[in-house]
Amino acid sequence: MDRAQVIKRLQAIVPADAIISDPAGCRPYETDGLTAIRQQPWLVVLPETEAQVVDVVKLCAELRLPLVPRGAGTGLSGGARPHEQGILLGLSRMGRILELDPVRALARLEPGVRNLAISEAAAAHGLYYAPDPSSQIACSIGGNVAENSGGVHCLKYGLTVHNVTGVRLVMADGELLELGGGSLDEPGLDLLALLCGSEGMLGIVTEVTVRLLPAPAVRQVLMAAFARVEDAAEAVSAVIADGIVPAGLEMMDQLAIAAAEDFVHAGYPRDAAAMLLCELDGVLAEVELDASRVQALFESCGATQVERAVDPQAQARLWQGRKSAFPAVGRLAPDYYCMDGTIPRAALASVLNAISDLSRKYQLRVANVFHAGDGNLHPLILYDANRDGELARAEAFGADILRACVVAGGTITGEHGVGVEKLDGMCVQFPPAALAQFDRVKAALDPDGILNPGKGIPTPSRCAELGGMHVHGNRAPFAGLPRF
Amino acid sequence: MIRAGDSDDGARIVAAVEQAAAARKPLQVVGQGSKAERFAPPTAAARAERLSTLDHCGVLHYAPDELVLEARAGTPLAEIEALLARHHQVLPFEPPRLRGAGTLGGAVAAGLSGPARPWRGSVRDAVLGVELVNGLGERLRFGGRVVKNVAGYDVSRLQVGAFGAFGCLLSIAVRVLPAPTLTVTVHQSVACDTALAQLAHLPARALPLTGTAFVDGRLSLRLAGAPRAVLAAAAELGGERVEGDLLWPALRDQQHDFFRLGDVRWRASLPPGTGALPGDAQALIEWGGAQRWYRAADAGSDRLQGTDLDELQSAVRAAGGSLVPFAAAPWAQVSGARAVLQTRLRRAFDPHDLFGEGAS
Repeated sequence: MDRAQVIKRLQAIVPADAIISDPAGCRPYETDGLTAIRQQPWLVVLPETEAQVVDVVKLCAELRLPLVPRGAGTGLSGGARPHEQGILLGLSRMGRILELDPVRALARLEPGVRNLAISEAAAAHGLYYAPDPSSQIACSIGGNVAENSGGVHCLKYGLTVHNVTGVRLVMADGELLELGGGSLDEPGLDLLALLCGSEGMLGIVTEVTVRLLPAPAVRQVLMAAFARVEDAAEAVSAVIADGIVPAGLEMMDQLAIAAAEDFVHAGYPRDAAAMLLCELDGVLAEVELDASRVQALFESCGATQVERAVDPQAQARLWQGRKSAFPAVGRLAPDYYCMDGTIPRAALASVLNAISDLSRKYQLRVANVFHAGDGNLHPLILYDANRDGELARAEAFGADILRACVVAGGTITGEHGVGVEKLDGMCVQFPPAALAQFDRVKAALDPDGILNPGKGIPTPSRCAELGGMHVHGNRAPFAGLPRF
Repeated sequence: MIRAGDSDDGARIVAAVEQAAAARKPLQVVGQGSKAERFAPPTAAARAERLSTLDHCGVLHYAPDELVLEARAGTPLAEIEALLARHHQVLPFEPPRLRGAGTLGGAVAAGLSGPARPWRGSVRDAVLGVELVNGLGERLRFGGRVVKNVAGYDVSRLQVGAFGAFGCLLSIAVRVLPAPTLTVTVHQSVACDTALAQLAHLPARALPLTGTAFVDGRLSLRLAGAPRAVLAAAAELGGERVEGDLLWPALRDQQHDFFRLGDVRWRASLPPGTGALPGDAQALIEWGGAQRWYRAADAGSDRLQGTDLDELQSAVRAAGGSLVPFAAAPWAQVSGARAVLQTRLRRAFDPHDLFGEGAS
């Protein structure tokens, strides 16, 4: 494909400053939040309107040109890695809040609106947008839809898929499709559910409608220290079994606690083997009662220390350590590799033990930060890319962790997506027939495969080369056959 | 692990689909048949062979402290709900048991949610994973038993409301929730527009609501949760207070007089907080105004009580909602580019049209 010709065609669609072709201008788009994966973009286009997106997609369809959508570039799986022979479509310039309806509690947004900006705009009406990924200052709602982003509050309030009521999207042939709107359902197959988490491979989102929730009247945050990881895990189960659904329930291990404490001085128990943070929200009477019950449960599970934060400053301090856990751990080594497996909570202690065995095997330290309420692990593997072979060792360590998650009945990615980073993990989690089914879904919506090619679903040959890794859900093969 | 009535009929179901695929003969997946009267089957019934899921039943996994339950498709809802109740938990989406029956597979395939839907989520919101036999006879698992899972496309939630168009569901994992400690209903005798004005402000108010209904000049609000919060909200809302009202299961299962004494043909789905529409006074208004049911003027008629169909249709459309007959699979009630797209997607699972023939 002649790049100059493509640029000429694009100039008829978008303003000149919306096309970036020089190496220096392209550099910020080489990578997303997973900086180990880099690719010089062939061409960057930054549309400002839906009509421009439509025309760019139609051009790509005509020329069979790969198209990689990109939101704020905060993704952690290389999902926005540019294609060496295609267009990188940055949607950051489409960043307007189109409508905020305080009575019906709905917001209509362009895809480039930042996640946190939604709640900031809604705050004047006593409302907020619930999903809050750690990158919420920067990440955009279009990217949230592509990744089906979670956050610390999704145990109670759900993921992006539970909070988006409609989207407009441009399909691979350049046709516009409107899914949902403000109502709770609509005639037709639930394509909106299919689209959430599809990593820009099925369509380009140009508008998102989200539901807003009334801000809770009261919050309380409890911090508890434990001498054993098993005790903390048991405390998590005890809270859920008691019928309490916390707004957030987070666990950190000793290395993560110490790193966070050294970094922001949140008042964390440096010597504890594990620490829980539990946030409760709702009306005053309910929160007070639940907080007392949670405190009692933590204590009965062997908590060595419990702190209950009622005022917002104290709560912010406790959260500060958790929210800066990644950069805090990042100070312990030149590089870290963040994993994203999810496991049933019952497997927590055994998977954490497996991770520490692997840490010894690979001679690499690992810190664990964990959405305990929903089983989403974030082991951070510490390494030094400048030391020979350490990156490869970190990657092998990571692959082993993901295998352990799948064996425990979990998944290789809870919220960061597959992108290019976890393609091998997909071969572990899914048998060839399921991967082929994903390919047929993709082909039904994007027959020429122009949208974000090479992401999300591994090719059969890639899995074949890895060979014999499939351990889906720890289930025996041919489970349907009678056994004697 | 806790097990209920247990029977694995998966191998036979797979074999039946393989045979149907080889013979290019359509299949009609049936459970307890509780919705057969209501909904036209997706396959051309005359040629279709019945494929029952009833012998594929039993709870495969239930971990109360994980808030997750997985069961085979043919497991009766009554059995699942009884098991959950023993652990003070519930299916958040309150699936209807039309004619008093229904299986988990049928509940997911039909995608119908009960009175709590706007506050506790839909069937689709609760689904975590499925095992499915596609039209090639392949037995595939998507999703899993964990709440957060973005590996691969979300094929599990796509099954909800598809009426089996992609294949035969074998098992489904769903998220469950703690049962509320106290449930109270307040009833208010009010005019229709007063009720709607009150409903319109609910989305932005932090109340422990799990249901609303306006019918025959009475607005009922269900509050559930921690006792003190529920009682405070009941006092704030005012009205006659009742515990454990039978109104809600009757609405859920369409056993309420509104359904029994009339021919309910049309259903509108609207944004929460939608105001007055033609025919409201004679409609049943649920979900904080987001779901409205309309009765036929005469049995079997397409004319509605209290409103002209065209007038209502345009008012619903203007409000950003949809109005369709509650008689066929909703996924089949689309046209144009959307229908073409759906057919392509369906054939990605079922290239020989075993499951969805004649429906699109």
